[in-house]
Amino acid sequence: MKAIQLNVGSMNERRTLNLSSNDLILKVDNLKKHFPIKKGVLRRVVGHVKAVDGIDFFIKEGETVGLVGESGCGKSTVGKCIVRLLELTDGKVLFKKDGKLVDIAKANKSEMKEIRRQVQIIFQDPYSSLDPKMSVQSIVSEPLKIQNIGNRQSRKEKVIKLLDSVGLSKSQLKRKPHEFSGGQRQRIGIARSLAFNPDLIVCDEPVSALDVSVQAQVLNLLEDLQEEFNLTYLFIAHDLSVVEHISDRIIVMYLGKIVEMTESDKLYGNPLHPYTEALLKAIPVSDPRSLKVRQPLEGSVPSPSNPPEGCNFHTRCSYMKKKCIEEEPELIETKPNHYVACHYAKELNLEEYHT
Amino acid sequence: MNEKDLILDIKDLKTYFETNEGLVKAVDGISYNVRNKEILGVVGESGSGKSVTALSIMQLVPQPVGTIVGGKIKYYQNGNEIDITSLKPRSKEMRKLRGNEIAMIFQDPMTALNPVYTIGNQIIEVIKLHQKVNKKEAKELAINMLDRVGISSPKQRFDEYPHQFSGGMLQRAMIAMALSCNPKFLIADEPTTALDVTIEAQILQLMKELQEEMGMAIQLITHDLGVIGEVADRVVVMYTGTLVEKASTDEIFYNAKHPYTKGLLKSLPKIGEKKRLNPIEGSPPEMNNLPEGCYFAPRCPERHDKCIKEPEVFQISEGHTVKCWLYE
Repeated sequence: MKAIQLNVGSMNERRTLNLSSNDLILKVDNLKKHFPIKKGVLRRVVGHVKAVDGIDFFIKEGETVGLVGESGCGKSTVGKCIVRLLELTDGKVLFKKDGKLVDIAKANKSEMKEIRRQVQIIFQDPYSSLDPKMSVQSIVSEPLKIQNIGNRQSRKEKVIKLLDSVGLSKSQLKRKPHEFSGGQRQRIGIARSLAFNPDLIVCDEPVSALDVSVQAQVLNLLEDLQEEFNLTYLFIAHDLSVVEHISDRIIVMYLGKIVEMTESDKLYGNPLHPYTEALLKAIPVSDPRSLKVRQPLEGSVPSPSNPPEGCNFHTRCSYMKKKCIEEEPELIETKPNHYVACHYAKELNLEEYHT
Repeated sequence: MNEKDLILDIKDLKTYFETNEGLVKAVDGISYNVRNKEILGVVGESGSGKSVTALSIMQLVPQPVGTIVGGKIKYYQNGNEIDITSLKPRSKEMRKLRGNEIAMIFQDPMTALNPVYTIGNQIIEVIKLHQKVNKKEAKELAINMLDRVGISSPKQRFDEYPHQFSGGMLQRAMIAMALSCNPKFLIADEPTTALDVTIEAQILQLMKELQEEMGMAIQLITHDLGVIGEVADRVVVMYTGTLVEKASTDEIFYNAKHPYTKGLLKSLPKIGEKKRLNPIEGSPPEMNNLPEGCYFAPRCPERHDKCIKEPEVFQISEGHTVKCWLYE
C-alpha cells in the first residue's frame, strides 16, 4: 500500500491523505479552467471567466460521486475537462490506466484515443447530443469504428447487445433519433458510452431533461449497468434528491471551487458548509402535511469573471464574519473523510436535512 | 359549490391540431374549474396537453394548425360570465381580458422576452395597452412593480436589456410584467423549471406572497410534484390530453387513486430512502397514434379487461374524481 499525496486546498499548502492508490480511478489536482473574455476589434483579452478555479478531488473504483451546485458553478466544465473535451488551463487529471496513474491533460493524440476507451461521457440533452441524420446503429457503432474494433458484422452484433442492455430492441437499429422519445434517446446515448466497456463514465445531468416517470427508469438503468459492468460514475446534477439517491459521495461546488466533499449521508445529515445548509433548506417541501418551511437562499451567484474577495460565498452567507471577506478558506478535512472550505466549519452548528 | 366562488370554469374543452402526421388531440375533453384566490396545480408529463390548455384559455392557440373544436371556457369577471370560446382571438373583448384580467408567465424567460427592447420598455407596453396613463406614469408603475418583485435598484435595471439579467431576475421581470395590470387570474406555465433550486424557492415564495397580497387565483402548470405539494391548494393530473384525476393536494399525496398519479408519486426519489425507484413502465403514447380505450392502459400495472373501453369519470369523495374503471 502506497500513500499518495493529495493536494487539497491552495497551491502552497499540501496535505497528505492516506489513500491506497489501488483504490483510486481518478484523481484531480488543482484543476483550473479559465475562459478568456475578448473585446474590441482586435479581440483583446480583457479578463477571464474562472469557471473552475483550482479544485482537487478523487474518485475510487466502483463508486458514484455526485457533483452538485447551481448553474454557473463550473460543474459541467469539470466533467468536460475530465474527458478532455476542454483543454485545462492548469492542473492534472490523473486517471488509472493499467495500474498506473496517467495525466489525461498531457496525453498525446494516440494516448488520448486509448484513454477514451476507458473514460466516457453521457450528455444532458438527448436531443442535441445525437446526430439526427444517423441511424441508431451508426450512432452506437461509431465509437467502435473510430477505434478500429472488429468488422462490420461483429460491430453490429455488439450494437445489438448494447441496445439490449439499455432496454432497446434489435428492431429499432435502423431508426433515426427523431423516432424516439426523450428517455429512449438518453438510452441510446448511454449505449454509445458503453461501447468499450469503460471504467469511468461522466454523467453530465443525464436525467435533467426527462419527465419524472422516465427519469426514474433511467436512474434505475444506470444503477443496473453499474453493477453489471462494474462502472464508476461522476454524476453531475443540480437536483439534490436525484444526487442523494444515486451517489456514495457528494462534492458541492460554488463559483468554481469545491466547498464541501463527503459521503452523502454525512452531507445531508451533518452539513458543515453554510452553502450546503442553504441548498438543503431550499429543497422543495413536497409533502403538503409537512410543517417545514422551505427557505430560499437569497441573492444569486456572483459573476465568475469577478468573484468576491475572500470566501466566494460571503456575499450570500448568513454566518458571514470579518475574516470571510479578507481571507480565502481552504478545503480542509475537518472530520474524517469530510472536507470543508469554511473558516468556521468547526464552530457553526448547521441544520441537517429533515423531511 | 357556489358558482360565485369560481373565476374560471372549463367544460369538455377540446383543442385539436392538424399536423402532417395526422390529427393530434392535444386537449381532448377536459373539465375543471378554478376558484377565486386559490392556487390550482396542473401536473402532467411533456405532451399531456397542459400548456395547450393554458393557451386555449388565453385564446393563443397557434393558428391555423390548432383550433378549439369543442367545449366551453367560462370566465367570471366581477360576477359577469364571459364565454371565452365564443370570442375571436383578435377581438377587442379578448384583448381586454388577455394581459389585463388574465395574465400568463411562460416557462423560459430567456425566450419569452424580446432581446432588443429594455425590460422597462416591455413592461410599459403592457401597462399602456390596458390603462389610461401617460408615459411618465407608466414608467413609475413599472418601476414600482419591479421593486415589488424584489429587483434591487429598479430604476437602474429598468433601462437594462434581458441579456443583462440572470435567469431568476428575468423570471421576476416576467412576473412584474404579468402582474402590472393587477390581473385576477394568473396562469404560470412551468415558471421555475428552468431555474436552480435556490432560485426556484425564491420565485415560489414571491408568487405566494403576491397572490395573497393581490388576491388573485393562480393556475400553476408544472411536471414537478414537489412544487405542487408545496404551493397548490388543489391539483388536476393530465395524461395525453385527458384529465385523469382531480383532488385537493392533500388527497393527491395521501390518497391518490389513478394508477398514473400513483406511479408519478412512486417515481420521485426521496432523500433518506436509498431504495430502488419504482417507475412507470414504458413511455407515453404518441399523440397521433393513441391506444384504444384508456390511454394509460399499456403502461398501467392495474389494467384489466374493461380498459379497452374509454373510462368514465367516477367520484371518490367530495371534490375528488378519477377517470379509471377501477373505481366504478
